Amino acid sequence: MTLEEIITRLGLTPLTSPRPAASIVPSAGYASDLFSCVMAGAQHGNLWITLQAHANIIAIAALLELSAIIITENAQPDAATLQKASEQGVTLLSTRLSNYEIAGRLWEMGLR
Amino acid sequence: MNHYRADLHVHSVLSPCAEVEMIPPLIVQAALEHGLNLIAITDRNASENAAAVLQAAAGSGLTVLPGMETQSREDVHLLCLFETLEALQAWQQQINQALPCLPNRPEYFGEQFVVDSSGEFIRREERLLLTATRFSVEEIFEQASALGGLVIPAHVDRPANGLLTTLGVVSPAWQAAAFEISRHLSPDQARRRFPSLQPYPLIQNGDVHSLEQFLGSLWFEMEHPTLKEIRLALQGADERRFGVNIP
Repeated sequence: MTLEEIITRLGLTPLTSPRPAASIVPSAGYASDLFSCVMAGAQHGNLWITLQAHANIIAIAALLELSAIIITENAQPDAATLQKASEQGVTLLSTRLSNYEIAGRLWEMGLR
Repeated sequence: MNHYRADLHVHSVLSPCAEVEMIPPLIVQAALEHGLNLIAITDRNASENAAAVLQAAAGSGLTVLPGMETQSREDVHLLCLFETLEALQAWQQQINQALPCLPNRPEYFGEQFVVDSSGEFIRREERLLLTATRFSVEEIFEQASALGGLVIPAHVDRPANGLLTTLGVVSPAWQAAAFEISRHLSPDQARRRFPSLQPYPLIQNGDVHSLEQFLGSLWFEMEHPTLKEIRLALQGADERRFGVNIP
């Protein structure tokens, strides 16, 4: 399943001009708001679900080469964070839904 | 130059997580008994008891700095210390706008008592203090500093509400004067575990929630027990110094 399909089916709003979403295939999902857990638990290519919009999400996504970050509950990264995301090629997606609902829907869609 | 033994992270009965014994006269007495001559009162997202502790300490030889432990929207705790009660009150006004209007549930979170300098009950704080403000870490650095405050991320090594667990690494953009480590490790251990702390001064406080928790490992050599002097000591400027005694 490509990132493009996920964006369409969940109605996610891209916050960065994404890398070609049709060519990105997330390996699985990971949900946590504690960065130490993400650094220890998320795997290469994972789609990260979090309600944190702090600038440090970009460093973690770049370090772990995550496929994209879904920022939940309409949390908004600031302009500097968006700029940093574009520079580092990190795809940020926004939704009003919660971590719980996004994770549930991705699981149902077969991202496991 | 004078020597100060300090604990800059002390809660009173206004913090729901503090013991009911944390009233102004007992805080002053316990701090002095632990050999301290400088403390800061840092209740969670609140400050109304700071004036009472300053008053209780008057003439005792203990200096009390007004402060607050502010919780960012990322759930990070930051000590915000101020030179005057007026500056702290100005910060409190901003925090009042930034806290959600939720009622405290004392049976779950603990009581939040406002008291006078003798420890007598004045009122209950009804608002939930044990929660996040809507300010980001960056906004707390900027806005508290604009009021002359000194912002120090608290117990950065702790799994709950510590900066490094929550946000992973230190951002140079904060231009932090220092970081606080918990009582569970030494500055050297902290720098080894968290390399992004390496360029920064590290202080250690007791995060005092009960009278026996005063730590006193932090010392300063400076002219006066003021925030201005603490800033110089953290930089090692003008012959001021600070350090953490390892037990």
